[in-house]
Amino acid sequence: MLTNFVIPDLLPAAPELFILAMACVILIVDLFVKSKARTLTFALTQLTLVGCAAITYMTSTGEITYTFSNMFVDDLMADLLKLFLDLTVIVVLFYARGYIAERVSMAKGEFYVLVLLATLGMMVMISANHLLTLYLGLEMMSLSVYAMVALNRDSTQATEAAMKYFVLGALASGLLLYGISMVYGATGTLEITQVAQALAQGAVNKTILVFGLVFLVAGIAFKLGVVPFHMWIPDVYHGAPTPVTLFIASAPKLAAFAMVIRLLVNGLFFLAPDWQQMLMILAVLSMAIGNLAAIAQTNIKRMLAYSAISHMGFMLLGMVSGVVGGDARFALNAYSSSMFYMVAYVITSVAGFGMILLLARAGFEADSLDDFKGLNKRSPWFASMMMVVMLSMAGIPFFVGFFAKFAVLQAVVAAGYMWLAIAAVLFSLIGAFYYLRVVKLMYFDAPLDETPIAAGFDTKLLLSANGLAVALLGLFPQTLMYLCAVALVRSL
Amino acid sequence: MLENYFPILLFILVGIAIGVLPIVLGWLIAPNRPDAEKLSPYECGFEAFEDARMKFDVRYYLIAILFILFDLEIAFLFPWATIFKEIVNTEAVKWFGFAEMMVFIAILVVGYIYAWVKGALEWE
Repeated sequence: MLTNFVIPDLLPAAPELFILAMACVILIVDLFVKSKARTLTFALTQLTLVGCAAITYMTSTGEITYTFSNMFVDDLMADLLKLFLDLTVIVVLFYARGYIAERVSMAKGEFYVLVLLATLGMMVMISANHLLTLYLGLEMMSLSVYAMVALNRDSTQATEAAMKYFVLGALASGLLLYGISMVYGATGTLEITQVAQALAQGAVNKTILVFGLVFLVAGIAFKLGVVPFHMWIPDVYHGAPTPVTLFIASAPKLAAFAMVIRLLVNGLFFLAPDWQQMLMILAVLSMAIGNLAAIAQTNIKRMLAYSAISHMGFMLLGMVSGVVGGDARFALNAYSSSMFYMVAYVITSVAGFGMILLLARAGFEADSLDDFKGLNKRSPWFASMMMVVMLSMAGIPFFVGFFAKFAVLQAVVAAGYMWLAIAAVLFSLIGAFYYLRVVKLMYFDAPLDETPIAAGFDTKLLLSANGLAVALLGLFPQTLMYLCAVALVRSL
Repeated sequence: MLENYFPILLFILVGIAIGVLPIVLGWLIAPNRPDAEKLSPYECGFEAFEDARMKFDVRYYLIAILFILFDLEIAFLFPWATIFKEIVNTEAVKWFGFAEMMVFIAILVVGYIYAWVKGALEWE
């Protein structure tokens, strides 16, 4: 019996194995580091992420490779998303470091280890070719993130946010698992490529399958945070310590995008007309409620949370324009526009939350809109960086957010959904109001406090580079767009 | 057909016997001197009948979660142990089958060291 056993090829999973091994090492090393700054833990974590990115790059063949009995896949999309993921987490940790070190009541070394484990979960999600692998990665990410939200255990807000996140997250996992069981019932397999094959052969009970699809889409929608599964987003973004918000708002979005591609495109592409309708409703609702609710916020973390909801809705527009009347000619184009949107959003959002961390110091969170008043007088350079971020999020030319929106709208129009494109533009216009309000506060109001910005040199340098990246990628978006397109062409 | 189920019937009977026998024996031959404490239901340290919404020490939770961790370890070790001979006698998976379980245990040990050094095992 054991002679049939094939020893899996570990090479395609080398980045994951490396990060797992290093997370164990760092957990032990951190036990013996006593300093508040945790310089050693921080350095080791960053080295791990750099090493992981290097391994991902070096082992990338551009071919689709399956391993672990086809449960795990390594393709160009996975490699690209993992590289973006590592880069994002590296930047996040640089921004987060000062904040973590200054807060007395926060668990310090654990933050870095949990970030690594959550990253590992996301990488597993990105490379999943089996519904259970996908679920395993998802839970690994979620459980680490629940704990991270509650890291500041003396804060009632943070514990409340963690509790809500945990309960709603468990519900969403339940929905997803129920959907997975339905797909298994209809197709007899959990392997994503085999699900697609079973669908192509056509001998499948479509009622059960579509029933399961509804639950899968609900689970995905929760993880993306789109209406009506968005309730956790504002509370968690607001309640979590800002570095954790920064992390939640960036890296998991890339993993959630991979989840959409793996489940809906790799697995259930045959059902595209069905899931496109569902996603269309989610997208329109998210853009409407996200943009309208953001106007009423006075807390900038909450405002960016609603903004995230509307952005995820916009991203889904690309996913709904893939197949029109059985014609999948534009599919790759549409999906790569979504991927570009996601990457552009993550870059911008990291800079946005990074600005909050830049202004925060011990005992002062800088998370109210009023804290941004008169930033131009305190630091003209960072006020202009924040302006770039806000204008990019609003989709004003020529920043990266504009080209992201433009690419998605192009896909929507090509698919013939003119009304959808008009609705998207209208809601973006409404959204521009609250982004421009931040700019107005920074440039035309008097500052409420004149304390000089206390952040470290590395944060300042990186944040400047991040802001410039938002501006420069707006001037030269072709490379990134091309990368996304190639990754999807070679992987689907 | 039905005789295939005979072992299950036997299993049920033996199970019932093992459950009932000690009670009957105790009832027949044990000395009987009841008091209030002895008659109260056994409930691992808690009062048996009271409001469920009471405060209890958060350390119970730590112990419980560590217990689950190492309980699960056994759940994976048992099936591995039953085919261990087969693993070492198959040339192709000899070292892989051994190393894989060692990796699993090593990861658990890392968690164990963490819990230990953090003082999770001390009831202070």
